[in-house]
Amino acid sequence: MSSEWPLWEIFIRSQHGLAHKHVGSLHAPDAEMAIRSARDVYTRRNEGVSIWVARSADIHASSPGDKEALFEPSNDKVYRHPTFFPMPEEVKHI
Amino acid sequence: MADPIPDDRQLFDYVLRLADNGVVLAQRLGEWVGKGPALEEDIALTNVGLDLLGQGRMWLAYAREIEARHAPPGRDEDDLAFLRDSGEFRNLLLVEQPNGNYADTMARQFLFDQWHALLLRALSGSKDGRIAAIAAKAGKEVRYHVERSADWVVRLGDGTGLSHRRMQDAIDALWMYTGEMFAVDAVERQLIAAGVAADAAALREPWRSSVAAVLAEATLATPADGWMQGMNGRGGKQGLHTEHFGHMLAEMQILARSYPGARW
Repeated sequence: MSSEWPLWEIFIRSQHGLAHKHVGSLHAPDAEMAIRSARDVYTRRNEGVSIWVARSADIHASSPGDKEALFEPSNDKVYRHPTFFPMPEEVKHI
Repeated sequence: MADPIPDDRQLFDYVLRLADNGVVLAQRLGEWVGKGPALEEDIALTNVGLDLLGQGRMWLAYAREIEARHAPPGRDEDDLAFLRDSGEFRNLLLVEQPNGNYADTMARQFLFDQWHALLLRALSGSKDGRIAAIAAKAGKEVRYHVERSADWVVRLGDGTGLSHRRMQDAIDALWMYTGEMFAVDAVERQLIAAGVAADAAALREPWRSSVAAVLAEATLATPADGWMQGMNGRGGKQGLHTEHFGHMLAEMQILARSYPGARW
């Protein structure tokens, strides 16, 4: 039914992180109310310092069926991991 | 019977007025739990209720301190909330009005929030340090309430034909309870002169103009000031309530009265 409020995905940036993390979703008629509702539904215990909302319909996802094709090839290519470089002694904090 | 707290009687009454607005409106909003028009709105509205309950508790704790100066240990928050009869409650008639439909609830909230924000801002400059501190803390929460309820008035007023009609009906029906918010009686007069209470009469113009601005944006008509309920010292602030209040209070207090001292 078209009178149903659309679904929004909610991202919260916590006190301790720099990145916004996906926390869940909710229904709202527009972005403004989605942010307000996100404040009430997801940040009541002082979890966040910033809120992003995005229409769920605008998020495009990879297909679970493509998992092998997308991710498995990296498993046997150890040279893609930077573990073979000798590190000079004097370089700290790497 | 001699007044047990003669010197602070007015201050005690005034703090109860502040407390009872929060406690009673929180109870009304709590009646929406599980019945909101959408899950998100159910949570959001009752969060506002919890804010108001928290503020009510702070005021009641202060009321107890005042009472304890004269009649120690004074009644605690639970005693004051759950064991007073309706004639001892000092809330505005507006906040005890039934929830009705969602437009009724949001109109009540809007008319109250706009006044509440102005009142708390004025009280944050009170010469009574406790009143000033509680008002400053509560004011932050109420700034959010103001935005939320004004937003709903605009959405429903400027929404469909049906929502517009219901919101206009709600504003019209509740308007007669708004006069009491600005009525200053003997309890307040001395406290205002002492710089402790806020001069409610001075909030009238700022309230009218911000309410009228939101109503205009919502394509709603601002009602004319006709006859007002609870004026001339015969309103909720003096303990004279509308017929709805006793029913609300019965539900609110039944547990505490049936099982004295109940804990969980």
